Amino acid sequence: MKKLSLKGRDWKSILSQNKPVIVLLILIVAMSIMNDRFLTWSNALTVLRQTSINAVIATGLTFAILIGGIDLSVGSVLAICGAVSAKMVASGMNIFLVILLTLMLGLGMGMVNGLFISKGRLQPFIATLGTMTLLRGFTLVYTQGKPISIFGSETSAVYSKIGTGYFLGIPIPVYIMLFVFVIAYYILRHMKIGRYTYALGSNEEATMYSGIKTDNVKIFVYGISGFLSALAGIIVTSRLGSAQPTAGSGYELDAIAAVVIGGTSMAGGIGTIFGTAIGALIIGILNNALNLLQVSSYYQGVAKGIVILIAVLLDRKQRTSR
Amino acid sequence: MKKMKKALVLLLVLLLTVSIFGCGGNGDEGDNGDNGDGNGEDTAKKIGLVVSTLNNPFFVDLRDGAQAKATELGAELIILDSQDDAATELSNVEDLITQGVDLIMINPTDSDAVGSAVAAANGAGIPVVTLDRSANSGEVEAHIASDNVAGGKMAGDFIVAQLGGTGKVVELEGIPGASAARERGEGFNSALEGTEIEVVAKQTANFDRAEGLSVMENILQAQAEIDAVFAHNDEMALGALEAIKASGREILVVGFDATEDAVTSVQAGEMAATVQQLPKEIGGMGVDTAMKILAGESVDEYIPVELQLVTE
Repeated sequence: MKKLSLKGRDWKSILSQNKPVIVLLILIVAMSIMNDRFLTWSNALTVLRQTSINAVIATGLTFAILIGGIDLSVGSVLAICGAVSAKMVASGMNIFLVILLTLMLGLGMGMVNGLFISKGRLQPFIATLGTMTLLRGFTLVYTQGKPISIFGSETSAVYSKIGTGYFLGIPIPVYIMLFVFVIAYYILRHMKIGRYTYALGSNEEATMYSGIKTDNVKIFVYGISGFLSALAGIIVTSRLGSAQPTAGSGYELDAIAAVVIGGTSMAGGIGTIFGTAIGALIIGILNNALNLLQVSSYYQGVAKGIVILIAVLLDRKQRTSR
Repeated sequence: MKKMKKALVLLLVLLLTVSIFGCGGNGDEGDNGDNGDGNGEDTAKKIGLVVSTLNNPFFVDLRDGAQAKATELGAELIILDSQDDAATELSNVEDLITQGVDLIMINPTDSDAVGSAVAAANGAGIPVVTLDRSANSGEVEAHIASDNVAGGKMAGDFIVAQLGGTGKVVELEGIPGASAARERGEGFNSALEGTEIEVVAKQTANFDRAEGLSVMENILQAQAEIDAVFAHNDEMALGALEAIKASGREILVVGFDATEDAVTSVQAGEMAATVQQLPKEIGGMGVDTAMKILAGESVDEYIPVELQLVTE
């Protein structure tokens, strides 16, 4: 039984992985033809670095969407965690402590989302809409509406390396992104909790009756989403050298787009981290490409919207035709 | 396989759309510049303009002013929109560096956060000019902006004169911490110093019209006597005006920015005055200054753009 369903998932994921990859390749080829500066090493690094923030958030969201949920609070978690970490950095706290505390804060806030959804029986959309608004408000209160600079202590220089530094010629955020992908892939593919995540999204009741503590799975999943949002908050804050009270507004939309373009079903149960990685790259390249092609910003939204719709339509076609 | 084919067709349609937008976006000015390479000299200068947001008429005017000047001087202008997000702003500057522009004009979303973007341009050896909002770090060749403190003082002086030096006023503040809000407030309050005018309420309405309305409604409830309102921008002033009209009270309203709605309102005798910034001038002056820098001329670090009070 188990073996069969695993096999089925492989087949499905191979099919749903294919299309995003094709979209990505066509995008790259077309862009290389249309703009000679696109396919350069430095632009590739730029795109990867720009993508890293959305990719990290989208990875967390993949978990939430895989169980048939959603996390709208990612942008607000990013903002409050960024602000808290900036204040800790400015106060000269040890860098490892800053990172640890920030990530724990994000994890905690994510788990609170999970508690609302599991124990509180709230709709994920409503619960995270609530925390999204609440945490944005907290951020404004905490920062008093002003950006918090990370400079002014010994920790600052190290902290700012997280977002701006290079290792072997490749930006550090790119390593972080790859690391997050690998860990998330491992969790989903090779750990029990990963299988539970898929099971919960496919059929919640059956999962519950088979003795799995679904509440714990939910708390874990939203915890991951909060944790990764906090990580993205560290990257953003470090890149900008300051925490913005409005940071991350609307980031949930790009992240959801990345997950969905990557072939993850909003109904849950189907999807992969690989797909999300490709989805995030598509969004990142699209943002970069529209700028390089000097598309007026008014049209950029139109173009992005069309890509998202086409990607979802393709996905839907594939599902219904099966 | 059939499905694959369908997917490919859809994708080609998509690419076509993108490339059509690409050409449409360029419009008429993009193409004439680059082809000049064959003649040796006469290569048009490529200037990047990163605007904080193009959802606000003020910055649209700024862009239009810059575009008009660039066309006049024969420069190629690449315009990118940061959508009020500092991270997008940084990406935009990186994308401009990739395109190899000669100079980048930034209208920052935030004076602190723009530091990384300026540093990126500095690192690539591309000179930077800031427009309207300044950058708190990094190397900037010139900063071009309206003198917000002078504008706030202009509004304050006007209210002082209208009220004959005594009365009660309300100050509707912009987004807390935004430099425009700080500076306009500073100028306004400096004008009130030494007069009998008292600020009875001072609250933020985040530069937003709807908030201006509700905040003013609350203040009207709380304050029995109000002679004048100074709002840090016209949107809030117009919102406040609606609240005042509904209450039936006679209160002088002064705004800032001289948006089309506000000027119409002043002409109709509803708002008393608005301080006019000249965003087109800021944009135009930006390109002007950029060209001077690229020609090797020296320019002032701060170039103030004049303001004017619109009262009729």
